Amino acid sequence: MRIILILIQKEFLQVFRNKTLLPLIFVLPIVQLLVLVNAATQEMRNIKVVIVDQDYSSLSRQLVSKFDASDFFNVQKVIDNKQDGIELFKNGSSDMILVIKNDTEADLLNNQESSVQILTNAINSTRAQLSFAYARSVISDFNYDLKIELSDFNVGKRIQTQSLFWFNTELNSKYYMLPGILVILLTIIGMFMSAMNLVREKEIGTMEQINVTPVRKSQFIIAKLVPFWIIGIFELTLGLFIGKLVYDIPIVGNLMVLYSFAAVYLIAILGFGLFLSTLANTQQQVMLMSFFFLLVFVMMSGIFTAYENMPTWAKIIDIVNPLYYFMNVVRMVLLKGSGFADVAKYFYGISGIALLIVPLAIWNYRKTS
Amino acid sequence: MIEVRNLKKQYGDLIAVNDVSFSVNEGELFGVIGPDGAGKTTLFRMINSLIIPDSGSVSLWGLNPVTDYKAIREMIGYMPGRFSLYEDLSVEENLEFFATVFGTTIEENYHLIKDIYAQIEPFKKRKAGQLSGGMKQKLALSCALIHKPRILVLDEPTTGVDAVSRYEFWDMLIKLKQNNITILVSTPYMDEASKCDRVALMQNGHVLMVDTPWGIENGFSTSLYGLKTINKYKLIQFLRSSVSCKSVYPFGEYLHYCDKREDVNEKILIEELKQAGFFDAIVDEVKPGIEDRFMELMGNVI
Repeated sequence: MRIILILIQKEFLQVFRNKTLLPLIFVLPIVQLLVLVNAATQEMRNIKVVIVDQDYSSLSRQLVSKFDASDFFNVQKVIDNKQDGIELFKNGSSDMILVIKNDTEADLLNNQESSVQILTNAINSTRAQLSFAYARSVISDFNYDLKIELSDFNVGKRIQTQSLFWFNTELNSKYYMLPGILVILLTIIGMFMSAMNLVREKEIGTMEQINVTPVRKSQFIIAKLVPFWIIGIFELTLGLFIGKLVYDIPIVGNLMVLYSFAAVYLIAILGFGLFLSTLANTQQQVMLMSFFFLLVFVMMSGIFTAYENMPTWAKIIDIVNPLYYFMNVVRMVLLKGSGFADVAKYFYGISGIALLIVPLAIWNYRKTS
Repeated sequence: MIEVRNLKKQYGDLIAVNDVSFSVNEGELFGVIGPDGAGKTTLFRMINSLIIPDSGSVSLWGLNPVTDYKAIREMIGYMPGRFSLYEDLSVEENLEFFATVFGTTIEENYHLIKDIYAQIEPFKKRKAGQLSGGMKQKLALSCALIHKPRILVLDEPTTGVDAVSRYEFWDMLIKLKQNNITILVSTPYMDEASKCDRVALMQNGHVLMVDTPWGIENGFSTSLYGLKTINKYKLIQFLRSSVSCKSVYPFGEYLHYCDKREDVNEKILIEELKQAGFFDAIVDEVKPGIEDRFMELMGNVI
């Protein structure tokens, strides 16, 4: 026990003296949470629209003003030549073109039906889909007003939809992104820093000296991982504080659930870092390896994209993706207030990964040194 | 008492240590001398339990490094060839760390390291990475000694150290013998052999010979001549092509030469050289040193 304590004390001394690591531990979370949460937003505002109005009718003017009034759209120009609109589209000064062709109003009055054309810039498909959906909702809204206006009598029976966004009523993307970025943060601490720290001893040769002392491998590993486990828990706390103070994120659930999960998650991810460190001889190698895995894990975790939309094979791969579990749990607990029973399946998953990777890492560690 | 028997370690096709046997007595300062790549480090790493031999055995007072490595690590003080203390910890913290790891304190064994540590104690708050080469070496030795080891294993401690520090270092080792610590030290410098009680000459994984430095020098089989001329290169070429030449190699400003003939002497040699056109040649019989013996032994292996 005394050996483990002196080893842990040594680790902390080294971390606090490390001029690169220390700022990373304190500055990284603050910057990530302040910058990324704001930057990585999926909300769409100010979609630049050019309207090609060839109709010049009162109806078309009403439609234009409807778009103008919307928060989502920013009507750049109203022109009458479609070709000019497409030019604007091409040079990037417009995201969407709405074409109201000639005789739209007349068609509507005579045939009870007419159509408009929407062109969107699909370089970013998410953005294109969203702006298309927004445009449609504006038009259907317009349709509804139109019916009342054009008929002398009541519109008749119809079903009206009223939507409510549960667990994030304002559709505030920050509530969604912040927990996700917290997960990445803990992963960086757990995987990168611990792996690099372990390889460092190999690289500078101190491992050789430690190996001829009575320090056992298990003691050495424990002492290497415990400080980063503690730093990880500290980072989570720091992140939640920033989230509450700066973004006022809802903390609906029990934090005990979140911390218990984070405790297991950190063990799994530290085990993964240890495993990577056994495969590398230099800090550079282990850096590149961790970077590769982090990227795959993050992209597949569901931080930006919905897990449900992934193909089946990707969902199967996610079974071994520790970030997938934590990404779900952190959002469920913070936004939805899930309890232990609700996140049980994720607990089993992450515990399974931990039980698999930690012994594997220790076994590989013993074999290689 | 260290007993090494038929020790062998192979890396792929390279046999790093090949059938090495020797023994070291308690309290002895034992040197393993050989050029880079001779297998010294591999040999030491097998003795101190860091790697497992392919065959053969090591016994340290009856303990086997493969099976009794726990007990062995308690009694060994090891100083690897490369400085491997924590450069971001201070002098004092390093020493305290190693003392605690071995379950002891600095105070308990301070008497052992006093002479050495006293020289770096004024800088005890300084980070180990900021010490000079000589001071690093003293700190490493202090850390290897702090748990009162029975045997000290030093892998090329004087490589890359200036001449004065080297001299000082050997003096420290000789002083340490008074504490009845058995010291195993390797070095590529032949001149350091004379400081050891006994030395093993090592080359290409083999131990060529184990003897006292004095014994090694006296084992030289024939007369050795020091030859000097202006055109050293031409002289070497001439001698190598001569039928009576046993060996010739440059040695500082001289050439060291051995002749196959029994009845040769300085006068005969000078005559022969003059006939060959080396009019300025000087020939003296010289006392063979450890290097000469090493060259002779190496010649036998090759």
